[in-house]
Amino acid sequence: METKIRILIAKPGLDGHDRGAKIVARALRDAGMEVIYTGLHQTPAMIVEAAIQEDVHVVGLSLLSGAHMTLFVDVAEMLKKKGLGDVLLIGGGIIPEEDIPALKKKGIAGIFGPGTPVDTIVDFVKKNVKR
Amino acid sequence: MSSDLADKVLEGDARSIARLITYVENNVEGIADSMRTIHAHSGHAHVIGITGVMGCGKSTLIYELTRYYRKIGKTVGIIAIDPTSPFSGGALLGDRIRMMELAMDEGVFIRSMGTRGMLGGLTSAVYDVVEIMDAAGKDIILVETVGVGQAEVDIIKIADTTLVVVVPGLGDSIQTLKAGIMEIADIYVVNKADRPGVEQTVAEVQSLVEIVSSNKDRTIPIIKTIAKENKYIDVLAGEIQNHQIYLKQTKKLEHQRKLRYEAELIEIIRKKLMDFIFNEEQFKKTIEKLLDQINKKEIDPHTASEIILKDIKKK
Repeated sequence: METKIRILIAKPGLDGHDRGAKIVARALRDAGMEVIYTGLHQTPAMIVEAAIQEDVHVVGLSLLSGAHMTLFVDVAEMLKKKGLGDVLLIGGGIIPEEDIPALKKKGIAGIFGPGTPVDTIVDFVKKNVKR
Repeated sequence: MSSDLADKVLEGDARSIARLITYVENNVEGIADSMRTIHAHSGHAHVIGITGVMGCGKSTLIYELTRYYRKIGKTVGIIAIDPTSPFSGGALLGDRIRMMELAMDEGVFIRSMGTRGMLGGLTSAVYDVVEIMDAAGKDIILVETVGVGQAEVDIIKIADTTLVVVVPGLGDSIQTLKAGIMEIADIYVVNKADRPGVEQTVAEVQSLVEIVSSNKDRTIPIIKTIAKENKYIDVLAGEIQNHQIYLKQTKKLEHQRKLRYEAELIEIIRKKLMDFIFNEEQFKKTIEKLLDQINKKEIDPHTASEIILKDIKKK
């Protein structure tokens, strides 16, 4: 059986900057994963529905607007509510250091700020994917 | 694998549909148990294939067609295929970008797939995925191929109705397309019809239609659309319905389905045979040895293949 890691890269909220998301998407593709990119301005409900239909192992969120404490947590809670607790959830963007412990507690397993080498993200995904 | 999963698919449960698709994509052992149930309950959906060069607006057409079908109360499954990188094995699947708004509608199920090494514009699991969505109760299934060149014509094996999408400004390139993809259309769509040169494009397609359809009992329609502005989508949907009626009246639908199952069977056997040959230790060694000999010019590939086939027959 050939398992391929499938990952959804999504941009929740209102900011329109997806350069970072695209760079990460490309790095994950080059690491042999199937990356589903959703584009901008997604609601948590849209992201979770896409995660269900695409049956992804990982959801990666990118957000630069500062609304991560609301939107990241919303996605985490909605994933759990829909029975997708085994999906690895990670996030990136402008996330202040002091917010990270709270986000991790809420189920966002990895947080990657500006300047993170893409290999770090690829390795994290490979190591922590749950199924 | 439990048959519960297939039962849940029949109920239309999104998570079960998604999981079974993953299983067929990964060729998980024991899929046959689930697919037996699925196959027995499929065959009701109308499968529409959408193909055309990169950037001709396939995803946007699918988005607008889906909105049209939802308005008249039909449920829709969408399979969007993008190329898998032959180097990394990874894929960037971006067709959902234009369709995200549909994701919240329970009557729509969208799945993105990588080609995973298949040529022809499709992926080998697509036959199963069509059956799964069909059995899950979707009325219409839209299959978007990768952006094609000339030879990616496999879509006709799976689609009841094949749309070939072109855009103005391709110029003479329509002429160069004539041998492959331009022969497979049940309906031509000239999208982005607000662009200059649209009448010339229609005329070029028209002259091709006259060549390729001279001995058919049906004139292939050419429909102008502006998908981005949701213009003439209803006309296109009308022609799709006409084609559906034509298929039923002429008993060609049955023939079409038989072709699909034939293509699927061949694909499954091909996959299993390849797995059998290339994963069995004993064959692996023989193949390696022969490859070495071919490389050294001691033997040619044809003779080598005969040796391998003889070995298989013995087993």
